[in-house]
Amino acid sequence: MRILGISAYYHDSAAALIEDGAIIAAAQEERFTRKKHDSCFPHHALEYCLSAGNIGLSEVDYVTFYDKPFLKFERLLETYLAFAPRGIRSFAKAIPVWLREKLFQKDLLIKELKSIDPEFNASGKLLFAEHHQSHAASAFFPSPFERAVVLTMDGVGEWATTSVALGQGNALTTTQEIHFPHSLGLLYSAVTYYLGFRVNSGEYKVMGLAPYGEPKYADLILEHLIDVKADGSFRMDMSYFNYCTGLTMTNRKFADLFGQPTRTPENELTQFHMDVAASVQAVTEEIVLRMTRALAHETGIENLCLAGGVALNCVANGKVLRDKAFTNVWVQPAAGDAGGALGAALAAYYQHAERPRTVSSARDAMKGSYLGPAFAQEDIERRLQAAGAVFEVFDQDEDLINETVKALKAEKAVGWFQGRMEFGPRALGGRSILGDPRSPAMQKTVNLKVKYRESFRPFAPSVLREDVADWFELDDDSPYMLMVAGVKKGRRRTMSADEEALFGIEKLNVPRSDIPAVTHVDYSARIQTVHADTNPRYHALLSAYKAETGCPVVLNTSFNVRGEPIVGTPEDAFRCFMGTEIETLVVGNCFLRKEDQNPELEQNYKDQFELD
Amino acid sequence: MEFLKELFSFMRARKKYWLAPIIVVMVMFGGLIVFSQGSAVAPFIYTIF
Repeated sequence: MRILGISAYYHDSAAALIEDGAIIAAAQEERFTRKKHDSCFPHHALEYCLSAGNIGLSEVDYVTFYDKPFLKFERLLETYLAFAPRGIRSFAKAIPVWLREKLFQKDLLIKELKSIDPEFNASGKLLFAEHHQSHAASAFFPSPFERAVVLTMDGVGEWATTSVALGQGNALTTTQEIHFPHSLGLLYSAVTYYLGFRVNSGEYKVMGLAPYGEPKYADLILEHLIDVKADGSFRMDMSYFNYCTGLTMTNRKFADLFGQPTRTPENELTQFHMDVAASVQAVTEEIVLRMTRALAHETGIENLCLAGGVALNCVANGKVLRDKAFTNVWVQPAAGDAGGALGAALAAYYQHAERPRTVSSARDAMKGSYLGPAFAQEDIERRLQAAGAVFEVFDQDEDLINETVKALKAEKAVGWFQGRMEFGPRALGGRSILGDPRSPAMQKTVNLKVKYRESFRPFAPSVLREDVADWFELDDDSPYMLMVAGVKKGRRRTMSADEEALFGIEKLNVPRSDIPAVTHVDYSARIQTVHADTNPRYHALLSAYKAETGCPVVLNTSFNVRGEPIVGTPEDAFRCFMGTEIETLVVGNCFLRKEDQNPELEQNYKDQFELD
Repeated sequence: MEFLKELFSFMRARKKYWLAPIIVVMVMFGGLIVFSQGSAVAPFIYTIF
């Protein structure tokens, strides 16, 4: 049985294909259209999934959409009615779109599917899963657990903003929900907005900013904005927020509570902003921990699965893991809405078609999340030649890896484009920029000359799974870079009082450990463990790097510049390479050096993308 | 027609028939506005109000 899952029309459109329960392919539309968070119908991603499965659309048994439009419309109408006459402007903006398109989403989907294959007969084949059902399915069914508690938290789906489900075999039963407008995801987004970052993409920045601050306002948040019970359930005081009826997330009362106006983007970040970021992060962690502790206590189940946008908060995930209320924690790598496409397909297979489930004997059923397009060596060479690239081809993998290790040791920024593209927001050694983590200058170089992004943002380490416990305070799998843990004490360097007082890049530039380029100011690191079974070439690279340097860690950041989707094709990689100060590019077995390239192909690259 | 059937079964399942008049009025007005844009019907719209 073949099932296509689709998420679209809000943000992060994606498509996924499963066959008899096995995940064949999944990809996000933005990687093809080069438009960050693209919300259009995922034509390209869908066509890719079909080609990866070597099938036509008519050979698909079900197409499943990741949420229920009528239910969402019901929520919109009831919210507007509850707040009327406030919200008339927002109403006037939102409703016409619904009356024109979104309410008729089924017809719209059929039309789009028919544009791919005019013979496609949608009768009885089109299904709709609930938003949080899709998230929960994406978290439980690919997990390595026969039985688990599934916690999903995000901004909002239809009504639910937080849900708890119990997974057992092929069954997934929702037991508890918290409904809109009370939402942990929207609280975090509201603070993201208040701090001058973009909602739905700036949340990572708030998380990255938090370690610079003190959670001075956590009590204020808990006292005025959100009432949290002992089991982590909560209600928010909506008089401080504007997202139900307005076109902004917060209002003046919110700003007055904190004593400063909403920050405008690109304006200076002060200690106040860092303290607010630290406070909302602390509150988020507190709520998530209360929930997981209560759920572990209530159910007595040892396994926890997480999904939904809040599950991308890897600092909170790390704390849940270390808290040990649950023995095992598994987080869906595409925890955001893109992953809903996969979850919707899995929900259709196990819950609608009631097919039996066999728990994966591997780490999980996600195949390392390498579920996107790959390019054959011949194809790569042809594409790079057409783009005007000058490259050397290494027939032996060993030579290619040794040459890459040399470049890393020489502190060069290396573009690493190998195998299938990752599904989910993290680059995991398929479409990555790599660097020497031991170099104190690396963080600055990559932030400012390669990624063109804010100086305060840290980088993440990739580490051989077998060595993770020697370098970090973690001895678990973290293959999807969704767990944050401290750098091992013995590898830290204490900062002096003067160094402690520094901010941003200045503070990041102070060597704080043996691997300063991937150590945040609070000595934490967002860890990716690298496994030989899911990415043998990346594992071989790290092993060779370790053999040369004694260090099994490399700096790994996504292969893009600020505001750009992660590169999808060898041409995208070459363009990014020529538009930035990446010095070495490795695509398949092709090795490119910047000094060999035609300077006329260099271009002003970073200004092509709207800042996120 | 299929749309109306589905909308009706949705309201029945959710026990929210009270949404029906709101949706009907909105769809009618919405349709009228869309229909009237750049068409010969436009002058007659005013007489309705």
